[in-house]
Amino acid sequence: MSLESRELSELKSKIGRDPTSTELQIVAAEWSEHCSYKSSKKHLKMLPMTGPLVINEKGYDSGVLDVGGGYVVTAHIESHNHPSAVEPYGGAATGVGGVVRDILSAGTRPIAIFDGLRFGNIEKDKQARWLFKNAVTGVADYGNCLGIPTIGGEVEFDECYQNYALVDVACVGFGKKENLIKNHAKKGDVVVLLGGSTGRDGIGGSQFASDSLESEDRSAVQIPDPFIEKLIIDAILEARNEKLIHALKDLGGGGLSCAISETADALDIGIEMDVDKVHTRESDMRPDEIMVSESQERMLIITNKTKLKKLQDICKKFRIGCSVIGSVKFDNKVHVKKGKKTFANLSADIVANATLLDLPSKKPEYLKTITQEKKFKPITDYSKTMMKFLASPNIASKIWVYSQYDHEVGIRTVIKPGGDASVLRLDNGKYLSVKIDGNPKQCYINPREGAIGCFEEACRNVVCTGAKPIGMLDHLQFGSPKDPEIFWTFLESLKGLTDFAKDFKIPCIGGKVSLYNETPAGPIKPTPLIGILGLIDKKPLVHQKITKGDYLVMIGNTKDELGGSEYFEYIHKFIGGTCPTVDFSESKKNMKSVLEIIKQELPKSVHDCSKGGLAVAVSELCMIDQIGCKVSLDTVPGAKLPVDRILFSESHSRYLVTIEKKNIKKLENILKKNKVSFKTVGIFGGEKIQFSNGAKSIIDLRVDKAQKTWLNSLRDLVLHG
Amino acid sequence: MKVGVVVFPGSNCDRDMYHVLTDVFNLDAQYFWHEKSLPKNIDAVILPGGFSYGDRLRAGVIAAHSPIIKDVQKLADKGIPILGVCNGFQILVESGLLPGVLLKNESLNFMCEWTDLIVENNQTPFTNQFKLNEKIPIPIANGEGRYYVDDDVLKQLKKKNQIVFRYSKIVNGSSNRIAGVCNESGNVVGMMPHPERAVESEINPIDSKPSSKIFESLLVKMGVNN
Repeated sequence: MSLESRELSELKSKIGRDPTSTELQIVAAEWSEHCSYKSSKKHLKMLPMTGPLVINEKGYDSGVLDVGGGYVVTAHIESHNHPSAVEPYGGAATGVGGVVRDILSAGTRPIAIFDGLRFGNIEKDKQARWLFKNAVTGVADYGNCLGIPTIGGEVEFDECYQNYALVDVACVGFGKKENLIKNHAKKGDVVVLLGGSTGRDGIGGSQFASDSLESEDRSAVQIPDPFIEKLIIDAILEARNEKLIHALKDLGGGGLSCAISETADALDIGIEMDVDKVHTRESDMRPDEIMVSESQERMLIITNKTKLKKLQDICKKFRIGCSVIGSVKFDNKVHVKKGKKTFANLSADIVANATLLDLPSKKPEYLKTITQEKKFKPITDYSKTMMKFLASPNIASKIWVYSQYDHEVGIRTVIKPGGDASVLRLDNGKYLSVKIDGNPKQCYINPREGAIGCFEEACRNVVCTGAKPIGMLDHLQFGSPKDPEIFWTFLESLKGLTDFAKDFKIPCIGGKVSLYNETPAGPIKPTPLIGILGLIDKKPLVHQKITKGDYLVMIGNTKDELGGSEYFEYIHKFIGGTCPTVDFSESKKNMKSVLEIIKQELPKSVHDCSKGGLAVAVSELCMIDQIGCKVSLDTVPGAKLPVDRILFSESHSRYLVTIEKKNIKKLENILKKNKVSFKTVGIFGGEKIQFSNGAKSIIDLRVDKAQKTWLNSLRDLVLHG
Repeated sequence: MKVGVVVFPGSNCDRDMYHVLTDVFNLDAQYFWHEKSLPKNIDAVILPGGFSYGDRLRAGVIAAHSPIIKDVQKLADKGIPILGVCNGFQILVESGLLPGVLLKNESLNFMCEWTDLIVENNQTPFTNQFKLNEKIPIPIANGEGRYYVDDDVLKQLKKKNQIVFRYSKIVNGSSNRIAGVCNESGNVVGMMPHPERAVESEINPIDSKPSSKIFESLLVKMGVNN
């Protein structure tokens, strides 16, 4: 894995000579897809990245939002797909570590972790089960040890991830605006490498992640050490409080090469460093190995000589390594020496800025026929189908996963995992609501509408807690960009996200692109993942226990949109059909109305209606509170549809509101005033989940039986197959 | 009146505990780094939760050899109230201040969930405001939380009234469903669940009053009117 011949000749002409072997390694790391975004960067600019709350500073690895009262929230998302596919425990754990350090780099304390995990079919495939189980343990062991709560996420299984894994981790930070690190450097400042030692683990990791997964190169996977990371967090925050840090950068993909060249380029400085000064794990490492090692738990700090002593004292207190490896120059060069001998001397600008590509794209052939539906065998017993559905890996409760994550530490978690969005209390009296969502099944059928759907769904989830969406994170995961058909799906998704973000005025505050997600069996389905941050000024809507006689009101129209639905894919084993489409004006109206009724404190709870459709969303409410519900399908808002469509369509912009009888009039007045499509569709009580169509009973399930299946099936599947 | 919160490398519930002591119960609390010594006139000491030394070798075993533990031992002998929560409990057990051991949970997984405790001893500085058999809804979050003693020690614990809290149902396979114990004199208490996560109604989905009594008991013991 190295530079392509075109890139090599480009490098030669830019520097006017042959590069040294160390220079080659440095440039190969930095020009990898993973570090340079060379295929995607040109297009990513279309996303709106500014807004009244967005704070832009140079050299940040995370997005920053001003949440008022002198406080900021930071957020970032990363993936660790290739490493997790060969070594799920270490891959997932170091994925957490990396994104946590990005949050720390801005000078903010990491306060919450979110994980999006995707694997093959765990019902059939033992390897997928092994990957899943170990990735969960990796996230748990790392996050728990750091004392950062993992408060939300999603888990999905799909054949397209066979022999592969998508492990996405998002992190949210919080701090005082005045404590943000304003990256800057003066000539003569010192460059310090702080944290764990540099070893041979993770060498070539970023190039490994920028290639198709053909060889299982375990040595390219980094080794996690959450204990050192925890000490780094404590040390950095102490140094931040004492104003000892001029500039701060996490060492991630590309190791020192990227950290040095990107810092030099962003701050318009030169950095001269000596590899002999780097504290290493092994004594005989070559300069190029030191430069591209992706050993974890390391941070680069720029400070001055007078502050250095205090910084060293802090590191001594926490017993973490702290090496002065170089100094700041004003020649804009990355100058790497070993003792007196020069091994690399390149313009930071050349290293940090790979030539951007403009790759060809072409609409994939399969999309021509994908919307055609086939004739399905009619369902004779919906209750039986429903039980099978509740036990299915994608629908079943994920309690087995999130109960392994400490989601309480830090004592901020007001709304815990397992519901719609999770909510944290902030020190300024406000609340932060966060959700991540992906939907590869729908994105495969329609890359544009599928991506918009993920965006709207994540927004819906935070709206259900009473939060207004204020920022978006995107993580775009696709196969090889060199395949024009795949690149077309990437562009379509990106355009969809851009349109939604602009129309709803939700800025993209950060993101990541992960390409070459391919296995010998082919590319993964397009998997954009969207994270939404929402802000609540006064009070979140915390789910109140549903009791007998409460009403179930449905907001939003149910349409004939079952393409990419769990019902088509799990029950009928069919991939295709019409992908749900978001009607922007209906979506906005519904969001606004839900926020209004929550502000008036009318509902007991608001639940998003998405994966598995109305049937699953109602069942979830019933199973959580162990109460029955009678739903009349003929009252569901929308055009007349066959019962399976009403039960399982995954149309967007729909909300289920639980409300006491006494508040129903006020609710109706607001919804009528806002011209929202809604209906009272059910009433709670009894011990059964019942759906009927006119006089005909369609589904009739005991809540306790359904609950037991829903809660335990995922654990049973992982433990016993 | 001063409460010391001991901080080990890897402690991660120290700030939560400090917040509860100072902001919720208006106590004068102070952090003590594990290499420092504790003042002789301190009124109570709390060892908070976390992953001291990353749980290497065994949870709490390295921290049990920290310099500050000698001071904790001396204060314990003098009858000063000492509470260990989660990793703090593991450290107290590993340092011999409390009986028993803490093993991996029966599920072999880390477990984070809300559960109910039953108060079995209301004579300690941390339980004097409870009625016997009172229920406390509280969260646990641990991987090595299964308290184990053999039958002979269990008999002794019962006889000397050293079982402070029990789980209301089987949670992790602990001997006799034990969740917290005290030393023979009752001034050193260790518990796996996290009371600091349960005393504020905003983050307690069930009832924050019972857990608050753990801290209110300390206030009463120290003669502070809150």
